Amino acid sequence: MRNTSVTRRGLFGGGAALGATLQSGSALAQSPPPGAGAPPVDVSLKVNGAQHELRLDPRTTLLDALREHLALTGTKKGCDHGQCGACTVLIDGIRKNSCLNLALSCDDLEITTIEGLGREEALHPVQTAFVEHDGFQCGFCTPGQICSAVGMLAELKRGLPSAVTPELAAAAMEVAETEVRERMSGNICRCAAYPNIVAAILDAAGKA
Amino acid sequence: MQPFTYERPADVAAALAAIGKPGAKFLGGGTNLLDLMKVDAETPQHLVDVSRLPLAQISDEEGGLRIGATVTNSDLAGDPRVRERYPVLSRAVLNGASGQLRNQATTGGNLLQRTRCYYFYDPSMPCNKRVPGSGCSALKGYNRIHAVLGASDACIAVHPSDMAVALAVLDAEVEVQSASGQRRIKIADFHRLPEAAPEKDTILGNGELITAVILPPAPPGGQIYRKVRDRASYDFALVSVAAVVETEGDRIRSARIAMGGVAHKPWRAFEAERRLAGAVLSDDAFAAAGEAAVKGAVGRGHNDFKIPLAARTVARALTDAAAQKKA
Repeated sequence: MRNTSVTRRGLFGGGAALGATLQSGSALAQSPPPGAGAPPVDVSLKVNGAQHELRLDPRTTLLDALREHLALTGTKKGCDHGQCGACTVLIDGIRKNSCLNLALSCDDLEITTIEGLGREEALHPVQTAFVEHDGFQCGFCTPGQICSAVGMLAELKRGLPSAVTPELAAAAMEVAETEVRERMSGNICRCAAYPNIVAAILDAAGKA
Repeated sequence: MQPFTYERPADVAAALAAIGKPGAKFLGGGTNLLDLMKVDAETPQHLVDVSRLPLAQISDEEGGLRIGATVTNSDLAGDPRVRERYPVLSRAVLNGASGQLRNQATTGGNLLQRTRCYYFYDPSMPCNKRVPGSGCSALKGYNRIHAVLGASDACIAVHPSDMAVALAVLDAEVEVQSASGQRRIKIADFHRLPEAAPEKDTILGNGELITAVILPPAPPGGQIYRKVRDRASYDFALVSVAAVVETEGDRIRSARIAMGGVAHKPWRAFEAERRLAGAVLSDDAFAAAGEAAVKGAVGRGHNDFKIPLAARTVARALTDAAAQKKA
């Protein structure tokens, strides 16, 4: 980390490191203590149009690079195993789980996070729709939901089918509730705001 | 996660050279390997990233299709030729994982994904697949998701792929390359049964790289992929069935059946297929085929339900495949 001032995140990071040290005697703590990794390597990441030169442990995921090294904390770490979708970002316009990408694998690619989709005074149409339809409760999954929805609507436009598409060979895909629910199943909302999330996405489908 | 070094070779030759380094492993989409590395179930010392090798094309070949190893699951399922001629494959892929994961997971990587047995994922528990000789925690543990066919006392894990089940019913071949040359492996031979060496999922040798999957010309008849799981979307199969049925008048000319979620590999029900060839189209014939498909199945307690479930899912998939309009 380049930021040496005391921050909430820095304190949490230190706390996690301490926890790992205390655990190191147990059979479960098989990861080496921080700092014992392979030599750091240079990575060039293009995020929301800006180029960043970073020096990272090869184990750093794109998610951790965004949050811990670029301070882009809109992208959330939920499960860190590709099961919850909270870390969804767009890579070259395609929605992916940033927790399952090594930062090293992402150089030369265009990464878009929730911070790059819209601005406070000019929200992305999907963001506007989530606000209008109250498509969230606690909000933790929301950046992932919105990035996923943006990617998903592009997939619909390209005519990609889903598991519930009745006519697999059809050239154009219908934007229907069943389709949205199936295509968004990789984004979990533990508040279960699903009805409003679906309504927001259906509304945005015409504008996105 | 254990420390590792990383490289991303530009072509296949460089990738094959790099895989010779100590503890090296190929990294495709990474949706499974990275996940396993995070829990120390996989501990490669060196990653050879093959995700950007120029193998992302689907091309017509020998009346069928050649699918490059780095074609993503989304691109495979969305290809117009696959949707038109191999709907069972498109459906199987679309029934697996989530939109985000399908956008990243590759064709080659899908074949090489490891089991989702929870004991394999937990380094604090014995697992013969992860640590050979340490024992199988699932045998006397919670085994609701485990195998009922082809298992051994060393391992009752199942292969989790949906795609591979469709490839099995289509008689696909896997093209692999190593420093010493190229070979093609029939999909039926590609994955192993656990026997006494469950640590080996496939027959791939050291340093072999999957470069493509070859689909033969599409079989005649209706194609169905039917998946039964705990949630309606984004879950692994408890049981899945890929079926192809060709009819002629009131008779079945030929049938093919592959099952997922029941064994250490996609399971072709050859005996059930033989019984159906030439039989009169009827619910009874399909029900009998379902029973034949699970002949010899062994439940381990929590997964006993899979045996009747598989038989019925086979019958239902055959019924639906036979009812499909023939192209």
